[in-house]
This record gives sequence, structure tokens and C-alpha cells, in this order.
Amino acid sequence: MGEKREIRLSVNGEATTREVEVRWTLVDFLRHELKLTGTHVGCEHGVCGACTVLIDGRSTRSCLTLAVQADGCQITTIEGLSPAEGLNPLQQAFSDHHGLQCGYCTPGVLCTLTEFLQDNADPNEEEIRIALSGNLCRCTGYQGMVDAALAYVAARKGSTV
Amino acid sequence: MVPWQSNERPPNMKPAPFSYHRPESVTDAVAMLSTLEDAKILAGGQSLMAMMNFRYLAPDHIVDINRIPELTEIREDGDAIRFGAMVRQRDAMDSPLVQALCPLLIEALTHVGHIQTRNRGTIGGSLSHLDPSAEMPAVFSALDAVLHVSGARGDREVSIADWSLGFMMPNLESDELLVGITAPCWPRGHGYAFLEMARRHGDFALAGAGALMTLNGDGSIARVAIALTGVDTGPVRLRDAETALVGQMPGEALFAEAAKSAEAVAGIDDVHAPADYRRRLAVVYTRRALVKAHERALQGKA
Amino acid sequence: MSWVGSSVPRVEDPDLLTGQGQFIDDLHLPNMLHAAVVRSPYAHARIGKIDCSAALEMPGVHAVLTHADLPRQFRDQRLLLLVPNPGIRHPVTNYALAKDEACFAGEAVAFVVADDRYIAEDAAERVIVDYDPLPAVSDCRAALAPGAATAHAGRDDNIAAELPMAFGDIDAAFDGAAHIFKESLFVHRGGGHPIECRGVVAAYDPAMDSMMLWSNSQAPHMLRNVYAKMMGVSEGRVRVIASPDIGGGFGPKVLYYQEQFCAAAAARQLGRPVKWIEDRRENFTSTYQERDQYWDVEIAVDEEGKLRGVRGSMIHDSGAYVPWGVITPFISATTVPGPYVLPAYRMDVSVAFTNKVATTPVRGAGRPQAAFVMERLMDRVARELDLDPAELRRRNFVQPEQMPYPVGLVFRDGNPVVYDSGDYPQCQEKSLELADYDNFRARQADARAEGRYIGIGLGSYVEGTGLGPFEGVNVKVEMSGGVTVQTGGTAIGQGLRTMLGQVVADRLGVAPEDIAVTPGDTAGVSIGIGTFASRLTANAGPSAQMAANTVREKLIKAASHLLEAAEEDLDLAEGRVFVKGVPGHGKTFAEIASFTNGMPGFALPGGVVPGLEETSYFTPERSTYANGAHVAEVEVDIETGAVTILRYCTAHDCGTMINPKMVEGQVIGGVAHGVGNALYEWMRYDDDAQPQTVNFGEYLIPMATDVPRVEQVHMQSPTPLNPLGAKGAGEGGTIPALAAIAAAIEDALAPFGVHIAQAPVTPHYVLALLDAARASGTD
Repeated sequence: MGEKREIRLSVNGEATTREVEVRWTLVDFLRHELKLTGTHVGCEHGVCGACTVLIDGRSTRSCLTLAVQADGCQITTIEGLSPAEGLNPLQQAFSDHHGLQCGYCTPGVLCTLTEFLQDNADPNEEEIRIALSGNLCRCTGYQGMVDAALAYVAARKGSTV
Repeated sequence: MVPWQSNERPPNMKPAPFSYHRPESVTDAVAMLSTLEDAKILAGGQSLMAMMNFRYLAPDHIVDINRIPELTEIREDGDAIRFGAMVRQRDAMDSPLVQALCPLLIEALTHVGHIQTRNRGTIGGSLSHLDPSAEMPAVFSALDAVLHVSGARGDREVSIADWSLGFMMPNLESDELLVGITAPCWPRGHGYAFLEMARRHGDFALAGAGALMTLNGDGSIARVAIALTGVDTGPVRLRDAETALVGQMPGEALFAEAAKSAEAVAGIDDVHAPADYRRRLAVVYTRRALVKAHERALQGKA
Repeated sequence: MSWVGSSVPRVEDPDLLTGQGQFIDDLHLPNMLHAAVVRSPYAHARIGKIDCSAALEMPGVHAVLTHADLPRQFRDQRLLLLVPNPGIRHPVTNYALAKDEACFAGEAVAFVVADDRYIAEDAAERVIVDYDPLPAVSDCRAALAPGAATAHAGRDDNIAAELPMAFGDIDAAFDGAAHIFKESLFVHRGGGHPIECRGVVAAYDPAMDSMMLWSNSQAPHMLRNVYAKMMGVSEGRVRVIASPDIGGGFGPKVLYYQEQFCAAAAARQLGRPVKWIEDRRENFTSTYQERDQYWDVEIAVDEEGKLRGVRGSMIHDSGAYVPWGVITPFISATTVPGPYVLPAYRMDVSVAFTNKVATTPVRGAGRPQAAFVMERLMDRVARELDLDPAELRRRNFVQPEQMPYPVGLVFRDGNPVVYDSGDYPQCQEKSLELADYDNFRARQADARAEGRYIGIGLGSYVEGTGLGPFEGVNVKVEMSGGVTVQTGGTAIGQGLRTMLGQVVADRLGVAPEDIAVTPGDTAGVSIGIGTFASRLTANAGPSAQMAANTVREKLIKAASHLLEAAEEDLDLAEGRVFVKGVPGHGKTFAEIASFTNGMPGFALPGGVVPGLEETSYFTPERSTYANGAHVAEVEVDIETGAVTILRYCTAHDCGTMINPKMVEGQVIGGVAHGVGNALYEWMRYDDDAQPQTVNFGEYLIPMATDVPRVEQVHMQSPTPLNPLGAKGAGEGGTIPALAAIAAAIEDALAPFGVHIAQAPVTPHYVLALLDAARASGTD
């Protein structure tokens, strides 16, 4: 078997200690060791964004990160962004605006938008599309996602008086 | 990306086995690089990991330099900014210091990849990888940056002009690593522009130009720098054009004339575009970058 | 209230949004092993000895299968060809593992099974195959030239098929024509590239001699049937479950592939489940794609631009095999007439073998190419006759009163191409209105004055959808009172569960989110075809309606006995049957189910049949034809050749829209593929048929910054061919996009006189055209 290392990290708020093979990618570790299968593999060369997770709050391609590099980090996956029941407001906006079809790229998109919408209070359509440019979708043509993000921003602005 | 051309070894994916090392200081990193055979430095991983996932590269050792705090600083150093090699591209973009003193880098970074890649990708990583179509080498070429290298035989400085030794070959021995970059600042209000032609947002440039400019009191060009990417193995400084522009009164015709010298670049042939197309782009973008840099120089004086 | 016709929120969304989807790689079975594939690096080579010893020595490696290790039942059988055509000269497909000849770079030669994928890849690297390279043929035109290397050793030529098709008196059409114009056009379409690659998990139960295959297949019954037939076992011993969730299909996942058979073989041999998940590199080199077509065509028109005839020839690149027959070029050739009255037609199609992966339909299935050809011809006529392109089309559209309109050709289903319903002129009008077409020339003039080059382009199309023969649906009320629906169609992101839920909800009075739809399980419905060709709404929709109607009747009949009320006095809502006006007097579905399940010995009352279940197979008489018209507005940077899409407008008619929001989503998603087709996607091979674009950095898929906002207007011309009046909607967004965008680019560059004759339209192609135009002084 390959070289192993122990890593201690927090995944979706839960502290975890695991032994990993040093060559495992983070996405494979999340999916096959931790059975968090919501994060998906689309290309393994960092272009499609299906594997996007949040590492210490920053959206990151988990196919281009070694599991050992997550030692000491806080990882948030789609499972961690989702409430125990129902949908969070961004997810609800996606449902309302038909922002997904097959759903394979969706967890990565939601991780990207979670960071982007935290850092940007009032993005316009062009800025949202630029933010989404690192997530490839083959089903929706992106418009539903953009509409969902715009609706989410509008609702958020409306509710912070 | 190297296309699948090998007829000897069918391609496979997932990284091949390697031994993993995580130094906590530059000294440790250098020691590892000196003693380990067939070691690769893992910086942001946005290039290296993709190549390892494809098994284009299968090093025996990986030296992960992501936990060396001294490599992540951004600070003023006299009239220059000093970047640690591991400054994340995203952190450079967010830095008020860089925004104030080095806007060319900021503008260039808007063309580099996507949020996710900039969150991990580093300034030094891009400079060490030296993809011919990368933006960072052209930016630091325009800035006449000095690169700081640490190795088994001590520290040395390399001017950006001497950094690229050929296709994806930086001026680094196997027991050395890039630890920092010093970029002299241009005066406040200087003109700048980084423009490129890419097929899609964030893609590597088919050709791109970074320009810096300051003006004299009468509006003539006091100083100008132009560097190109995507047109040769390394960034190309158009020094002859720069010399011809100094002292001249700016205008479309002047910039178009200066841009013609970009025709002489070698160009690159790949699946995206042939070399002669890139040469033409080099001329177009040189002119456009000069025009834009001039516009900003005028705004800066106002 | 009617569920059908309403934009019901998708029942699929909550799970998918929270990462609870179940895709093939999410399946973890106990004791499962993982496979990697050894593939030929040569486009053409003899395969000699295969030395697996080094691979087998590695810890964690369980088996390395080569052709010789396949089950004897199908080892020497080539994968079945299910869509024969008399025009096919050499109906060749590949073996589950290449035997003694590899015919494309990427063909599977050995199958390695190990504890995990990393180890399997390590082992795959150590399998040594003795290849003896043979000459490879790359370009499909070169393949048909005399003396070309043959894609298959020992053959005399590379002719896969010849498909002549014709109707009307083509010679008279051209002899008497006022004007004849010729075009030579090259259309490349790339691959489907869903974000999820292919995959399979095989598990064999020796006690039952039964094989279970999970796969993200768009056609599970087909896979079951082919596997059962090739293994020589009863289909009852093979169960295929299309993954509950599939991350996009677009065509290539319809077909069955080498790896599915290899996984089954390995599972049998090893007595443990075996999983193989394709990586993206493999997707580029071994998943079927569309590719090149070369057209040489002529159009004959009268003085007013009315069509007299179209004739020509086309060469289609088949790749090394014909696993799906010659469907794509067949569809291309039969789609050329489009929405126009075309009195005469002749197209001679030659399908060529090359040493590349096989070509099979990708979203649009050969129609984007046909629309490009016909619309380029129409635009040529318009330009030469100095007619507005929209006006020229108006003069030639099939009129609504001409429906049903027989085109004169035979479709892939063996039936004549007969357009059943649609108002093509009105559709174009709506698209032009949406695009503010009438004011475009003024906008264009203003832009030119500023040194900007903008252009507008049209694309009209007719699309055969709803391909038969059927897609069965089983509707059942279980003992719990819950309603379940099963079908052989698969969920690939199109909202199948929601659509079928809506249809059933209307009949059974239960909300769609309370209906459990399970698509794609061969145990759920006995026979099935699959999800492709925009066929499910028109086939499974009516089947669901029929089955739900029957179950409704059974519920009412049983309830009338239980409630002692006349059937006509009963109604259904919220999972109950009750007396109209007396809602308290009713029975729940669970009570009725219990009743119809019977008690041992007690006879059911007269007229009441056992159970509350029905499987229906609606069989459409023939395909139903959807249509649409697109208008693209672009800007071209004449210094760089870069194209920006400024506006994109669509008018779309798919008959009854079961869920309008989902239809809109299909149109937008379809346009995104069209944008890729028009500007970005090019699967390159070199002269040795080596793939050159094998990752997402080299092969460009449109990003969010590349796909325009798609503005839509919808018409609904219901089809008389099924009780829902519904046509397919999955591909219409793609079909005319290439034509419209190419026309817009040409229009933007009209001052220079360039002519767009190829796709994709890359920036340096645009510059080359501008250079040529300047050099020849046409500007």
C-alpha cells in the first residue's frame, strides 16, 4: 500500500481524524472514505468545477487538492451547506428558478456561489456569470442559476432593512 | 496541457505513488530538495495536480510548501512591493497595497482562471511553472521584477529578464525554490493596462499584453513598458518599441506604429490557434494596451 | 386544476440540491472492486501478446481480463448492432475487449480489477501489450479516396454505408431553374460531454445465476436485452437499473459499451461486485461522439426564390464501427428539407470508416448539420436575389393548412416523414418580433458608423420527435395507498419524474410530489426502449395517462362497491375516492387497495378486477414533428475574429407543454450546446487519427460567460398523434443555433463579403475569411 499520513480536519463542522494515502485527492477522500457523495467528479483536471468545496471558507477544486493538504482545515461540502430539513435560501432560489436539471454540477455551483455571495453584496448579472465561469454545466445553459442568484440577492437586500 | 501523443505508454489517471513531505520553513524545503531525487514542489496545485492526475508527471517526491508562513507575505520594500512566492492570487487581488501600487497585477489577475483557481494558485507557482500563455510572467516582466531564489548553495537574485531559460524552464536548479518576487512600483497615477484574447473567460491567453506608462508635463511619454504573453516560450518585452515611444506625443497612429514591432514574435502553434494568428493578436493587443494605459495615465494626472 | 400545463416545482430538486442524488459512482456495495481499462494508444494496430504478469503481481490486484478471458458465450461475438439499415456495407462493431486488432486510439484491450481505482491504474500501466502498428486513416474524405489505408485490416475500402435518398423529379427541378447556387460546407460537432462520465457496477449472484447491472445508461432495457442475448441467458436473469440519477446524457449514454460487458464478466469471474467509472480522458477517447460531415450541395430556385430542388452529396465520418447503425447521417439527410416546401430532393450519403471512436447521435442527432446546410443555402439565395432572409423563408414555408404535410422521405422509424402539426410562418414571425428584427438594419447602421460590426441571423427547423415504438409505464396503487410509477425511460436531468408525476396526478388526484416515480429499472416494466431522440414525453407521457386512466377506473369501480354509489357519482382527490358533494363519504386508496387485494377465499364482486395496477404501452402511429425559429444577434471584432452573442431569441413549438418552465430550461440548455457547436467545440485528431483535444482545456465547452440569455416565446400546436398533444422538447434549442449564429456572423461581416461555410466558427477562421475577402477585393 502507498505511503499514509494521519490528518485531522473538520468536515461540515465535525472534527475527524483519518489515515489517508498521501496520493488520494481530497474529492476521492470525501466521496469514498467519508461517504460524502454530494461532491462530484467531472474531469479531475480542475476545469469543470463539479468537485468544488469550501476549504476554510474558500471555494476550491477538491480534485486538485491532496487529502493530506486538508490537514488542519475546515472543509464544507454541499452536505454541510444544507439544513437538516428542507432547503437553504439559495437552494430554494435554485428550485424556484429552475437552476438545475441533472444536478451533477449543482453542489459545486452552490459552493462557489456561497462564497461569492458572501463576499459580494449586490452583484449584477455579468458579475454572477463571471463568478460561475469556473463551473461548467451541460444541461441548463446557466440562465436558471443566474436567475436564482439574482433572486437570492434581491430577497437578501429586501430583508435587510 | 500536453496532448496524448505517447505511443509507448497508454495514459492513466489518478496520481502515481509518491512520498509526501511538508517542510515548515524555507531551510527545510531547501534541505529536502537537496537530498530527494526526483522531487517536485507543490505550491497552489492548480497546474501540478492536474498533470499528476493525468500522470503526465509522476515524481517520486512531493514537497508541499503550503505551510511556510514566511512565503505568504506582501509588503512594501522601499519603492517596491515584495511578494512571498506563495502569495495566493486571490490575496494579491484583495490586497489594498497591491491595488494602490500595482494595479497592472490586479487587472491581469482578473484574466487568470476563476475564483476557485485563484483561491489556491500562487504568484510564485505561476512564475515557476512558466506556461507560455500565463499572465504572471508578462506582468512581472513589464515591472522589471527581481526574483529571489533560495537553494543549497545559498540565496541569489534573478532578474525577470533572465528567468525563462526555455519552454517551461525557469532559472532554478533542482535544489532551489523561488521564495519571493520584488516588483518595483511605478509612481502613483501611472497608466496601466492588461488586455488579452482568450477563447473563454479565464482561459490561457492566445495573446496578451501588459503595458505601463507615465507621461511628462507636456503629455509626452516619459516612460513605457510593454510585455506580451502567449507568443513565445516566455514573456516578451518589446524594448525596441518602448525606446521608440519615449518622448513622443501619444496618439492612435503612434501606438499602432509601435505595435508593429510585435509582429516579430515567434508565436505558438497549438490546437487553439496557429502561430501567425497569435502574431497578429500580439500587434492588436499591444496597440490596445498602449491606448488604454495612456487613457489611464491621463486620468492619473488629473 | 390541471397539473399538466403548470410549471410545477420539480420533485427531483430537493435531493439534488442537497447532494443526496444517487449517481452511479455514489453506489458503494460491500466487497466491491474497482476497474481501470487498458486502451490502445494506437489508432490502428494488430494486438499480439498481452503480458499481465507484472500487473497481477501487484498487491491489491485481483484480475486482468483480456479478450481470451471473456466468457465464452460472448467472447467472439461483436457487440450487437440494433439499428440495421440495408445501406450498411460492413456492419461491424467491436468486441467487449479488442481481439487481435485495435481500430481506434482508446479501444479497450484489457480490464484491470483491483481494490481501488488508484491501484487499478497503477496495474494498468504495467500491462504490456505487444502492438504492431498498422496504417491509420483519419480524415473521412481521405478514407474514401482510392488507395486509402483501410480502417479495418483486410478490407478493400472504408465504405461503411451508402445511403441515397431522393424524391421528386430532381433533374427537371434543376433543368428549369432560374437560379442554381452551390455550396461546400463542413460541419463538425463534437461530443456530448455530460459533466458526469459513464459508469457501471456489475454484481453477479451465482446462486440465482443472475446478473445485476447498475449503469448511467439512457437505455437500460436495451443493455439488458443485448447482454442477455449475447450471454445466451433468459432476460429474466438480467436486471439493469439505470442509476436513479444520471448526470446528463445527450445521446452517448444510450449505447452499450465494451466496459459494461467487461464489468459483468469480471463480476462473474471474481464473485464480487465490480465498479468501473470512466474518467474524462477516457470520455474523450472512447465515448461515442458526433464529428465531421462534408456537404457538397446545390439549390435550385425560381425567379421569386421559391424552391425547386436541393441535391448533393455528403460524407459522414463513422469512426471505426457502426454501433448505432447510420442513424446520424440518415437523420441529417432526411432533415435537410426542413420547414420548406421542397418539390425535389436528392442526397447521396457516403459513410466512411476512419480509425477513430465511433460516431453516434449527440443532442440534435444530425439535425444541426442539416439545418446549417439548408439555412446556409437559403441565406445564399437571399443574398444573391437581394431578398430579406426572412421574406425568402416566408415564400417557402409549409403553410399550416398544408398539415399533415408529407415531405417525400422515409424517417428512421420506417414511416414516411409527415409533418403532423405546426405553424411555421407564425413561428418565424414570433421570433422576429421578439428579436425586434424590423429595426435591426437601423441598429446595424448605427453600429457601423461607430466602427462596430453587428449582424443578425435566422435559423428555422423541423424536428422529428416522439420516436416510437413505445415507452411503457406502470402505474400502481400500493397497499399503503401510495402511488408508484415505473418506466423504461431514464432520468437524465430532463425532469422525467416530475413530468410523469404531473400526467398521473391529473388522473388520480394525487399531487406529483406524492407520486414515487422510478425510471429506468428493467424489473419495473417488462420491455422498454430508452431516453433519447426527444421521445419520452410523447411516448411515456401518453402511456402514463393510459395506465393512470385504467387505475382510476379500477379505483372507481371498486369504490362504487365499497361505497354503494354509482360510478358516475364518484370523484378522486388527495388519495381518496369519494361521493361528489359528500366528501366525508369516501374510501382511501389504501382501503381500496386492501379490498382489491382480496381475502383468501372471498370472491371479488362482479366487475372488480384484482389489484390497482396497469402497465400501458402507447404506440404512436409515427413520429411527431416539433419546430422552431431562432434569431441570433452577434458582434464580431474584426481585428481578432472574436464573436460575441449580443441577443438570442427563440420561438419554439413542442405542442402541449406539460411543464412550461422545464420546456424553457430545455430550450436554453439546447441553445448552450448550439453555441458550443457554433463557436467552440472541436474534437481534433491528427493525420494518424490520434486524438489531440483530450481535456477541457483543449476542448472548449461554453461557460456561463459564453451562453447568452435566451429569450423565448412558445407556441403550442398540439399533435394529433398522442392524447396529450405533446411533442419532444429536448433538442430543439440546439438544432438551428449553429445556422443562426453562422448567419449572424456572415451578416455582421457583409461589408467584407465573407461567407461562412464551416462550423465551428473560430476567431482565426474569421480572420482568414476577412483576409481572403480583402485579397480578392470582394469588400
